[in-house]
Amino acid sequence: MAQPIPSSASASASHTPSLDVEESDVIRVLRDDGSLDPATDPNEDPARVVSIYQHMVFVRMLDERLVTLQRQGRIGFHIGSLGEEAAILGSAAVLRKQDWIFPCYREFGAALWRGMELQAYMDNMFGNAEDPVKGRQMPDHYTCRAAKFGSVSSPIGTQITQAVGFSWAAKIKKDELVALVYFGEGATSSNEFHNGMNFAGVFKTPTIMFCRNNGWALSVPVARQTASRTFAEKGIAYGIPGIRCDGNDIFAVMKATKDALAHAATGKGPVIIEAMTYRLSGHSTSDDPKAYRKEEVVEAWKKRDPMVRLRQHLEHESLWSDARQAELEGTLETKIKDAVTASEKKPAPALETMFEGVFAELPWNLKEQRDQLLRGPRAKGH
Amino acid sequence: MTQMNMVQAINSALRMEMKRDDRVVVLGEDVGKVGGVFRVTAGLFDEFGDDRVIDTPLSEGGIIGCAIGMALYGLVPVPEIQFSDFIFPAYDQIVSELAKFRYRSGGEYPSKLVIRTPVGGGIRGGHYHSQSPESLFIHIAGLKVVCPSNPHDAKGLLLASIRDPDPVMFFEPKRIYRAAKGDVPEEDYTVEIGKAAITREGKHVTVIAWGAMLYEALAAAEQAAEKGVDCEVIDLRTLWPLDIDTVIESVKKTGRVVVVHEAPKTCGFGGEIVALINEKAFLYLEAPPVRVTGFDTPFPYTLENEYLPLAHRILPAVLETARF
Repeated sequence: MAQPIPSSASASASHTPSLDVEESDVIRVLRDDGSLDPATDPNEDPARVVSIYQHMVFVRMLDERLVTLQRQGRIGFHIGSLGEEAAILGSAAVLRKQDWIFPCYREFGAALWRGMELQAYMDNMFGNAEDPVKGRQMPDHYTCRAAKFGSVSSPIGTQITQAVGFSWAAKIKKDELVALVYFGEGATSSNEFHNGMNFAGVFKTPTIMFCRNNGWALSVPVARQTASRTFAEKGIAYGIPGIRCDGNDIFAVMKATKDALAHAATGKGPVIIEAMTYRLSGHSTSDDPKAYRKEEVVEAWKKRDPMVRLRQHLEHESLWSDARQAELEGTLETKIKDAVTASEKKPAPALETMFEGVFAELPWNLKEQRDQLLRGPRAKGH
Repeated sequence: MTQMNMVQAINSALRMEMKRDDRVVVLGEDVGKVGGVFRVTAGLFDEFGDDRVIDTPLSEGGIIGCAIGMALYGLVPVPEIQFSDFIFPAYDQIVSELAKFRYRSGGEYPSKLVIRTPVGGGIRGGHYHSQSPESLFIHIAGLKVVCPSNPHDAKGLLLASIRDPDPVMFFEPKRIYRAAKGDVPEEDYTVEIGKAAITREGKHVTVIAWGAMLYEALAAAEQAAEKGVDCEVIDLRTLWPLDIDTVIESVKKTGRVVVVHEAPKTCGFGGEIVALINEKAFLYLEAPPVRVTGFDTPFPYTLENEYLPLAHRILPAVLETARF
């Protein structure tokens, strides 16, 4: 089912991440026939691979459902991970219980994998009274400390230095853990990428810099982010080893992340991983990619859909069937529907909550402004 | 009690808190071996080691971004930005991240730093070693902003800032780092954040100042007294949250107010203070509130003393206000 990218697509390689199968420095495990390359196979437990696949289907269905909800005007926004699920879930699945994730904004699949409740995530999508962030941030800007998953913000790259500082603090305290930070390839142009790489290199922090090279920073292609041949090689200037992997091959992502974890967790310092994947959807529900990219390139990447490729492998190993797929989809459909229904019924956050949490305690000016708001007329539309 | 200058008092607060709380770490450019360009962190490297007093790469964004991460882990970082003029590469981390963490995470990730940074003119440093950017931080929801004027308050406010649950911008007026001296208790004490001090009581004109300009306000007040004008001088100490009660009570008593700051006039903190006075004490005013400030220019080098709102510019404003 998975096929090499047609040469017409490769010709526009400057506008897409290259996934040339001949490139020797790219980790690839999953072959086109669904078998695994024994030279790089991370030897995952088959039952675990099945559970990751099931989660991938869940994330994909959730993604599609949220886009529909946004189109129906029921939620304001969604920023998804269509096509990037292997990069996100493969890396998250390798992390240990004590490790932390510093997210960009497409990694809801990782948060849910690590234990964030679907209902809490859905409440964030609706910004209702039970939203973990109390309706203070737009959809997909959630947080989940219980899952050791950081706080999502919109500015690009700011989480990178924070992940470095966090894992550096753990190192100072002699606590053994690794912080994995997600960012897109566009973020490698940001101040904080360079700051984070430099500080991490100098202080040998236990940090995994996970670059999802999905080809696009909104409408801007990779060729406008860098003149480097790869994003992984940016590590060289900072004394940080780089690993490239096929980001649509979950086994390759797991292998790369395991190698990085083994390095970072044993005092050898940070690693940068470049997972070469492709953003199949627009940047977010606010974006129409038809304005800046050709559909045939997207079609070529759809043939390398990470979920399709993983399913092909499971079928190759007789670990999956159409019947199991249908049963899973039925269960997930209900689960997602129930979460949406419940979230939609919940009220908006109370007015007072707008003023809480700016500081640990309300200063006089916020008390005054809160009281003014409570006394005054109400706005429509929340 | 020991006689100390501001540098010694701040150093003493850092040492005391680092001894008391092993989560406290100091990081920044040149803060380690050399003890800071103003020697504020002198001796701490030798006493606490390079895991807690950290010379960093030369990047303010990196310092604050990493410090936020350390705070999220549970440390209590006290990063130094060598001059507040150089804080802007870190402005994104301070404004978009530090100030918003508690709020945006629904309380799951309160992130707290005390960012120490020298502020203000008076050392012939030109515009990259002299500016007063406090209003750019007061304007940001989620930050507390402190600026002590004497060694006693510097130590007490720094200890209070480090123990406060919220992020604090701790501006140190570099003009008086060594010039301001006074008795400082050796023991542990705090000066409450959000409380101004009435440094000179008076009944005719309220003069509001902070940091190095407090001394100019006091000098102008002495000269005004010779002309029969009795000034009440308020040292704000904490700029945000402003001690509104002390300010309004004083203005209700005097009916006249002069606000002094080094920063440019337009959108300076003086504008906000005057607006609050208008909102809360308008009917008590006997004269238009006046601002004596830096000019809306970059901070000049040669003409530094013309730019600064020194006593010779405060005095006529006070007298004019008194006689309005």
